[in-house]
Amino acid sequence: MPIHSFKLNGTQVTVETEDDVRLLWVLRDLLGVTGPKYGCGLGVCQACTSHINGKAFNPCSVPVSQIKPTDEITTIEGLPATVGKELHPMQEAWIAHDVAQCGYCQPGQIMAAVAKVKQVRAAGREIGDADLDELRNVCRCGTYSRIRAAIKDGAKQM
Amino acid sequence: MAAAPNDSPPRSDGERPGGPGRRRFLGYLVAAPTLAVAVSYGVDVASPRRAAAALPSPPQPEEIFDLGDVQNLAAAPTSGLISVRVNSDGSASFAVPRAEVGQGMTTAVAMMIAEELDLPLDKVRITLADARPELLMNQFTGGSNSMRSIFVPVRTAAAIARRRLISTAAARWDVPAAELTTKHGVITHPDGRTATYGSLAAAAAATRTTQVDATDVQLKTREEFTILGTPRGRVDAHAIVTGRKTFGTDLRVPDAMPTMVRRPPTIGGTVAAVRNAAAVRAMPGVTDVAVIDHGVAVRAATFGQCVDALRALDVEWGPGPVDGESDATVLAKLKKAMLPMTVPSLPLLAKTIDAEFTFAFASNSPLEPDSAIADVRADRAEVWACLKAPIDAQADIAGRLGLPQDAVTVHVVEGGGSFGRHLFHDVAAEAAEISQKMRKPVKLSWSRTDSFRQGRTHPMCVSRVRVSYLGGEVLTYEQRHTSVRTDFGHGLGEMLSATAAKLPIAGNLSLAESVFELTQSSPYDFGVTTQLLNEIPLGFETGSMRNIYSPNVVCAQELVVDRLAAAMGKDRVAFRREYLKDDRLRAVLDKAAAEGEWGRSLPAGVAQGIGVHAEYRGAVACLVEIDCRPETVNRPIEHGVTGPRVTRALTVVDAGFAINPRGLEAQMIGGMNDAIALALTSSLHIKDGLPLEGSWDDYFYTRQWNTPLDMRVIVMPNTRDTPSGAGELGVAPALAAVAGAYARATGTMPTRFPINHGTLGFAPFPVEPSTPQSPTDGLDRSF
Repeated sequence: MPIHSFKLNGTQVTVETEDDVRLLWVLRDLLGVTGPKYGCGLGVCQACTSHINGKAFNPCSVPVSQIKPTDEITTIEGLPATVGKELHPMQEAWIAHDVAQCGYCQPGQIMAAVAKVKQVRAAGREIGDADLDELRNVCRCGTYSRIRAAIKDGAKQM
Repeated sequence: MAAAPNDSPPRSDGERPGGPGRRRFLGYLVAAPTLAVAVSYGVDVASPRRAAAALPSPPQPEEIFDLGDVQNLAAAPTSGLISVRVNSDGSASFAVPRAEVGQGMTTAVAMMIAEELDLPLDKVRITLADARPELLMNQFTGGSNSMRSIFVPVRTAAAIARRRLISTAAARWDVPAAELTTKHGVITHPDGRTATYGSLAAAAAATRTTQVDATDVQLKTREEFTILGTPRGRVDAHAIVTGRKTFGTDLRVPDAMPTMVRRPPTIGGTVAAVRNAAAVRAMPGVTDVAVIDHGVAVRAATFGQCVDALRALDVEWGPGPVDGESDATVLAKLKKAMLPMTVPSLPLLAKTIDAEFTFAFASNSPLEPDSAIADVRADRAEVWACLKAPIDAQADIAGRLGLPQDAVTVHVVEGGGSFGRHLFHDVAAEAAEISQKMRKPVKLSWSRTDSFRQGRTHPMCVSRVRVSYLGGEVLTYEQRHTSVRTDFGHGLGEMLSATAAKLPIAGNLSLAESVFELTQSSPYDFGVTTQLLNEIPLGFETGSMRNIYSPNVVCAQELVVDRLAAAMGKDRVAFRREYLKDDRLRAVLDKAAAEGEWGRSLPAGVAQGIGVHAEYRGAVACLVEIDCRPETVNRPIEHGVTGPRVTRALTVVDAGFAINPRGLEAQMIGGMNDAIALALTSSLHIKDGLPLEGSWDDYFYTRQWNTPLDMRVIVMPNTRDTPSGAGELGVAPALAAVAGAYARATGTMPTRFPINHGTLGFAPFPVEPSTPQSPTDGLDRSF
């Protein structure tokens, strides 16, 4: 079986599996990293959102063979280390706003929020409602208004 | 604003042990290494008022168990009891016989224990109890009943534990117990001596189980609360934001490998033949292929390889029970089954308003796809799943496996949402079936498409309303609600059957009629009022969805109330004020009208709507503003439905006693977003025996681009000492408000919901294979 290697939350990992197995299953089923959730496997619900080289993406929609040995994959578990703290400011904002209900979508929501704030900043803006309207992450508990408030607050601390 | 409903002095509602109306609690010190206090459980703590009783209260424990039989208790010291434990590290723990699915139950229960124990909230550990058959119907999460049934028993156990810790310290120090005080998990004597609960936990433990006198245990009053009634964040917030909260498929059970199912092209279809099982078994990662009742199961190293395998299967299918049904055939059957109006002839000059509303099939699927782990052996089985009726699941699964009930261990796992889905144990039973057939542990997940297409649905229903009025008087209100049969699941069914004699309903009604009677009552003084239900069995797998009938029934009612107000020349809020029977409802209505700026000037195409609802002993009013202008309706979102946008949403809630106002607010926010989806965008389209929806870009639950930018919740001052239900309370009035606002903004009262159901806004996934392949272009869409 093919061998794949990449950097996961700061550590180089190696895994043996077929080329076309989507990264989400490599993370969850083979490496036991369960922060990214399976909500659809169709690139729609965004519950698995993680970062590749700092950008948000859906591991459910990427065959592991597309990941290069130098690629840095960050899941929710590795987010605090990217800022060298116990919690990333976006995670702190999530707690301060008591955003979560069931919590299933929230790792993906937080990872998408961090990337969205960075993307908007790179374009020279602060995050606004039009940017938040672009987030596709489904929250079936319907916590959207608290998500929006937390992202605006979390962005200020980023 | 009207007089606040909390002007009246606080009522005890029987909370004070020994007080009027108080039912006797039995407390026990349970033999254990550290202090453990148990109380009998299942006591109806609220007054048995008929009107707002959502569900019958569970039977009294003394009717289930002969708790006076001390010898039996010694043999099974915790039978039928729930117990609070104090641990040597100073924490308290409690296994709650309920499911946590996001509603905040674990946080609320932790608050109850922290309050009565005088312990910091973060020192309370709540877990979910395994199925405990001896609890009978007292281990059931539904009908927004959890807080109401747990509120007093759990606090009583914690209060007894606190008293025992004090008496232990008093004995150790040889001082009167009355001189000791407790705070933050520490007992203090005025002379400066202190002892932590942890240091006393072993000494306070009982060496044999004994009954204790609980009659003089004083629970704190509302005025003494420092934790209950204050806004608190979820106890699992940190675990959630760090990705550590564990859901079903996150569990690691040895050898429980990923498993999925190839499903038939119609609901409940059967397997006629599998033509290539051996070839599929030889695919990469695949370990097993097994034919089951309604599909073919595959087990593999990863879920991705399960998808590959199930798609490669060549299966010949047999028919299912609803192969010939589509939206139109179901609607025709509903209309035929509608019960006639019954009110006698009216005065000659009376005018009538007739309206009929259709609500499409809807999916109660949470974000977490249905999943369960099962490890079935020859003589025993172990199951892990999110179950709101775990005892029923245990009994049913045992029956299917041919095992005694006590050979099946059922662990209740926290769920990624429920909305009605986890009242049923379909996926747990299927996991057990597969594990038995494969003779191996399995971690079963339905695919997203399975969850929409083969999962339970909230059935299509038609609600017809006729009102008559003459001059300034409403003479009659008649509502005929016709639905495809709603399955309540055995958990609720058994609870109702067991309490049938106590139901405040005359006659020999069906289960569905009983539930309808118990949950639906017009809040208006509209003269002769009749509300009747008829259900037709059609073979669909159905279930309730963030409550049962109320969103549809109340939406229809409130739209007609709006028309009635217009016909009688009255403002919609003023008209409701005049006819509402309940002061608490009138108070939330007034608050909503004042805070929501009812009647403010808005541009053409933008309008306000109002809805009120009382249920579960709570009262809610919702005021929304909707923007139906073309530039909003047609705003472009790729693969997303836009349409009208609710721009402002206000919910005012009187939850009796709000245990955790912050959690209550969260439930109302969720209810509003559910309602927006039900009104505007989310439904299942049934075609030839199968829903067409297969993903969240087909089933249009509210997304960020649909949600109100201005979302507000006002929690009214407490009006009672006991909590109302909260989880489902907000959906019905919010749906009514959105529908009413839409009618006002467009000038046309909507009669079919959701309003976009007539247009199929997506290209359906193929019917076969049942699960679509995952995309490969994820990197192209990174941001």
